[in-house]
Amino acid sequence: MNTSLHELGLLATAAALAKKEVSAVELATALLDRAAQVEPKLNSLTWQERDVVLAAAREADTARAKGDTRPWLGVPLAVKDVLSVNGQPCTAGSKMLRNYVAPYDATVIARLRAAGCVFVARTNTDEFAMGGSTATSCFGPTRNPWSPARVPGGSSGGSAAAVAARLAPAALGTDTSGSIRQPAAFCGVTGFKPTYGRVSRQGCVANASSLDQIGPLARSVEDAAALYQAIAGVDPLDSTTSPRPVGGVLAAAQQARDLKGLKLGVPREYFIAELAPELAQLTRAAIDQCAALGAEIVEVSLPHVSASLPCYAVLGSAEASASLARYDGMRYGLRVDAPELMEMYDRTRAAGFGDEVKRRLLFGTLVLTSRYHADFYLRAQKVRTLIRQDFLQAFTACDALLGPVTLTPPPRLDAAPDSASARQWGDYCTAGVNLAGICALSVPCGFTADGLPAGLHVVGPAFQDELVLRIGAAYQHATDWHQRAPTGLE
Amino acid sequence: MSDYIASIGLEVHVQLKTRTKMFCACPAHEEGEPNTAVCPGCIGLPGALPVINREAIRKTVKVGLMIGSRISLYSTFDRKNYFYADMAKNYQITQNDFPLCIGGGVTIQVDGQPKTIRVHHIHQEEDVAKSTHLDNSTEVDFNRCSMPLMELVTEPDMANADEVMAFLTTLKQMLIYADISDCNLELGHMRCDVNSSVRPAGATKLGVKTELKNMNTFKGIQRALHYELQRQIEVLRGGGTIAQETRRWDDVAGVTLPMRTKESAPDYRYFPEADLPPIVLDEATIAAWRAELPEMPAARRARFVQEYGLPEYDAGVLTADKAIADYFEAAAKQAANPKAVSNWVMGELLRALGEQGQDITAAKITPAALVALIGLVEAKTINMPAAKEVFQILFENGGDPAAIVQAKGLAQVSDTGAIEGFAAQAIAANEKVAAEYRAGKEPALMFLVGQVMKLSRGKANPQLAAEALRRQLKG
Repeated sequence: MNTSLHELGLLATAAALAKKEVSAVELATALLDRAAQVEPKLNSLTWQERDVVLAAAREADTARAKGDTRPWLGVPLAVKDVLSVNGQPCTAGSKMLRNYVAPYDATVIARLRAAGCVFVARTNTDEFAMGGSTATSCFGPTRNPWSPARVPGGSSGGSAAAVAARLAPAALGTDTSGSIRQPAAFCGVTGFKPTYGRVSRQGCVANASSLDQIGPLARSVEDAAALYQAIAGVDPLDSTTSPRPVGGVLAAAQQARDLKGLKLGVPREYFIAELAPELAQLTRAAIDQCAALGAEIVEVSLPHVSASLPCYAVLGSAEASASLARYDGMRYGLRVDAPELMEMYDRTRAAGFGDEVKRRLLFGTLVLTSRYHADFYLRAQKVRTLIRQDFLQAFTACDALLGPVTLTPPPRLDAAPDSASARQWGDYCTAGVNLAGICALSVPCGFTADGLPAGLHVVGPAFQDELVLRIGAAYQHATDWHQRAPTGLE
Repeated sequence: MSDYIASIGLEVHVQLKTRTKMFCACPAHEEGEPNTAVCPGCIGLPGALPVINREAIRKTVKVGLMIGSRISLYSTFDRKNYFYADMAKNYQITQNDFPLCIGGGVTIQVDGQPKTIRVHHIHQEEDVAKSTHLDNSTEVDFNRCSMPLMELVTEPDMANADEVMAFLTTLKQMLIYADISDCNLELGHMRCDVNSSVRPAGATKLGVKTELKNMNTFKGIQRALHYELQRQIEVLRGGGTIAQETRRWDDVAGVTLPMRTKESAPDYRYFPEADLPPIVLDEATIAAWRAELPEMPAARRARFVQEYGLPEYDAGVLTADKAIADYFEAAAKQAANPKAVSNWVMGELLRALGEQGQDITAAKITPAALVALIGLVEAKTINMPAAKEVFQILFENGGDPAAIVQAKGLAQVSDTGAIEGFAAQAIAANEKVAAEYRAGKEPALMFLVGQVMKLSRGKANPQLAAEALRRQLKG
């Protein structure tokens, strides 16, 4: 089986290791070799040190030889370059942090490390997770494995591309307005944004604290559920995590076969003129599939969905303007010296941040000034409440929502991915979920005529993460879109 | 000054006495090399999140309860944004919209009359790092960064520096009493921003105020206020207007100097701190915290007068320090004569503590031992000099007073025969003094009593000695 070790998904990898069909070193070697082959084309990773990875894998093998039976011992994972892994760089795709090495583990990393995982690579991201293309990274753009002329989406585009290209069985990403689900849809993998408060954010470079959430990108819903279950749950270091028990999410996903007894709502506002006809068709087909699996399909409405992007622009930028204030050259990261303190700040931040980050920080700073606070920040908070109420209202008529993840297939890299139009429409279907603090999943649901992947969006109420994963798992049980892999990368 | 009146309000920052910092698990103490009590949280590393120190919340709420504030059942944290080298995150986590305690007041004595200084609110926040400015550089110590602070904001109810001093002294005493803070001013545990304005007597509308930032000694506040109020009055007298501005006190030059005007004041861009959930308190918790409050100094002072029959003066001295008051009360409860206990505590005990620069916990003499010692004096078993000697032994080593008296042979000689003998010897050896007494010079007797004490090596009962001398000199 060593010719295709990189093909194994997360649970399959864990099983193969447990049965000693393969060693952690063999597995890591296969992934390292695979990366050496495809990375020149993809640029999905920001850090991967062969010696470090092999040493960690050897350690796992030694532990297993001594009787260590932790379920994920030696399981390789890729990590978005915004999550702290002790001893590894954590750059957030920014010049500002290019020389920064994290001195501590994020809570999710500590949990996975305790389970035995090996962190084999760090994945590319839009700078400070701000963007939908992974093109604003200081490491240069990542390419879509299905079509290297196109973007992989973002900001977790490195994680999505790496999982799609078989550089790791699964990866961690973060989602502030769609940053897991949109690249998952663009790269034909499964991506899950858990309910806000489900997964600890401790150790995750903050973009917007009230919206950020860490989640899995994987080759199947079952793998995503397994990874989610491993990282979810209350954390004393993140006061926004919920004490509610996580439950047996993986088992529930593994047992899901049909959607009988479920009422699934289709928000009419997602099917707007800007939705590419091919994606509308693929989404409709996926919804039909869900009906065939026994779900009752109902039409619902999210009247304020069109306000979610401007609302996110105000609130996300406002929060980011404070979150990123700490990058000032004083204690770590880039410093451009100057004779005076304030000038040092100016020079450091002018040199360290890219255009998109600067744009958001300026805007976020502006909307918080006493002059604009009421007109922008407070008004956006009120809109956020309306958006949350939209979802609550919709969930009185159904158990979960179905729709498209993106309005278009992945755009070409040269089509100015950070253009005004991309900003206007990029997270149209996804940002509302973050503003409402609820959970959502992106599962592959077919391909365009050009062979570009499409994603089905499954949106659930707060803390119904298990339900959303169950719906996705039942869908995947009946379809094989998620099993397709891009070719010709070598 | 009489044609102008002043209004002064304070923003008092108090460092709370907690084991750990406000938003992380680093130890909250001043010791240690710079930048050793730090973690990803308090130096603002990427990804680190704050966690609320519940003990700090409890302490701040207790202050609110002490001064009669309304305690918020729901309060929230906000981010206050500005860039400076002592700020790890370049925002301070504080409370802007919904502070923990609203209203309340602190009663001070002004010319023997009570006056209540109203408190606007008390909020919870974190400290910044400590900057030390050198010639060409600044050193920043993040050990202090994120130390728990409460900020108490008063209404402009104080009329002069004396009232400000009375307010701060009273507040400090309450805070120490309830174990809220050590209030060590040298360590910066209490720092004030002083807002002041003056207006012509009779005017109702407050004048334009200035703010003196970061005052950290009572003496400095007093001097700065004297200067600043006089400065404002002179500006107004000269027909000028007061600029609303922030000023700083130059302690060496003895003047206040402008720092920044209202126009150049930073816009802090407050907004809710999404990393922290609201603090939700229930009545039961607040009631439990209220039950933990000690009796406040003023109430205790009044009770000491009533319950133990002490003079006001004694009650004031004894209640100034809670530990001393506790000690006194433990002894007074067992004593037949509380005033005698008060005399010993205010006299010998405070003297001995003062000499050693120690607090009451260092004294080995238990309240019971002190009461026993007083009993020995009142029963005339020992005289005062001997009692002081015994006290010193008890203070340093503890033990049982009666046993010490026995071991040291300090019991008074009350045997009349022996005293008569010492008296005869004293008269014989000092005929001249004896003659003076006989001639009507009463004070001469004290000299002779002294001689008797000397002959008895301090053990004679002085009263019996005086009686014996009188008898023999008459005869």
